[in-house]
Amino acid sequence: MAEATANGLGQHALDAAHAPGAAAVAEAHQEHPIKLYLVVWAWLFILSTCSYLVDYFGIHGYLRWSLILIFMMLKAGLIVAVFMHMAWERLAMMYAIILPPILVLVFVTMMVLEADYTLLTRIAFFGPGP
Amino acid sequence: MAETTLTHSSPMARPDGWRGIATDWASDQRAFKNVSWGKAMMWIFLLSDTFIFGCFLLSYMTARMSTRVPWPNPSEVFALRIGGSEIPLILIAIMTFVLISSSGTMAMAVNFGYRRDRRKTAILMLLTAALGATFVGMQAFEWTKLITEGVRPWGNPWGAAQFGSCFFMITGFHGTHVTIGVIFLIIVARKVWRGDFDTGRPGFFTSRRGRYENVEIMGLYWHFVDLVWVFIFAFFYLW
Repeated sequence: MAEATANGLGQHALDAAHAPGAAAVAEAHQEHPIKLYLVVWAWLFILSTCSYLVDYFGIHGYLRWSLILIFMMLKAGLIVAVFMHMAWERLAMMYAIILPPILVLVFVTMMVLEADYTLLTRIAFFGPGP
Repeated sequence: MAETTLTHSSPMARPDGWRGIATDWASDQRAFKNVSWGKAMMWIFLLSDTFIFGCFLLSYMTARMSTRVPWPNPSEVFALRIGGSEIPLILIAIMTFVLISSSGTMAMAVNFGYRRDRRKTAILMLLTAALGATFVGMQAFEWTKLITEGVRPWGNPWGAAQFGSCFFMITGFHGTHVTIGVIFLIIVARKVWRGDFDTGRPGFFTSRRGRYENVEIMGLYWHFVDLVWVFIFAFFYLW
């Protein structure tokens, strides 16, 4: 990825004509070799196949859940980092966009506790499931 | 908007790492130094959309965890009979591959856009739109199949009643996003094809001149749609 150029200086002269102003001068755009996208594309196919095979072979229990989560995070990471060019943005941008969704995990924890409690009361009042 | 001061120092002097975050955010100017407004606003919109889908998936999790009734097995519910044997989840797998391929073609379109290859950009964007439309078509097939089998938002033949409402809400909202994406892909592809971004022709709605960056902003939205599907595939179909 080191060979990728994140800043096309040639474009600025052209862009400056369309959008004059100080802001346009420093804006970078993303230009990377096609091969990079093809490699990521191939990996996304491989990872999707793997997560499908988890279901196809009927893997169960913690192994199933951990495999699903690993493949999911790898796919999501590849899409955000390369396809959406997040890997080449400044840290100020990365943290502003990626940190808030991670904080949703706090909400997840709250709802897990809440759901457990609901299930407990349902079993207490209605008995175990039909 | 374009007049916003970026920074007093030259771009080369900007520090990286934690110090970079502090200086970018504390500069009393634009926080996103080398990102245009269009791109930054699309990212912030996508962030808000993440919360919407996050809430849907959370409510699905809560419903599934708190019910006494067994959850229908998605592996069997979404199986298709091909050549006499039941193949689990096959339609969903094909949908996943179609959407990933559309993300690939979109990434290529962005690349060719910055190389100012109008023809290839427009063709790749139309290919992306075609794959997106295929995805929506398969989703319509899936909905039809489930509805004829008796799945309703208030019940289904196999187990917990909340299965239907979660399914229709989550996949329906995602399908809507794909549909909107397809429409906008066609609009932007037409602009590229006509050379609007080369001639600086004003947009019909905003009356502002577009740039090839519009292709990348469109790409951000499209990749996000693919990204959401990754999570839906894992949590709803595979879990």
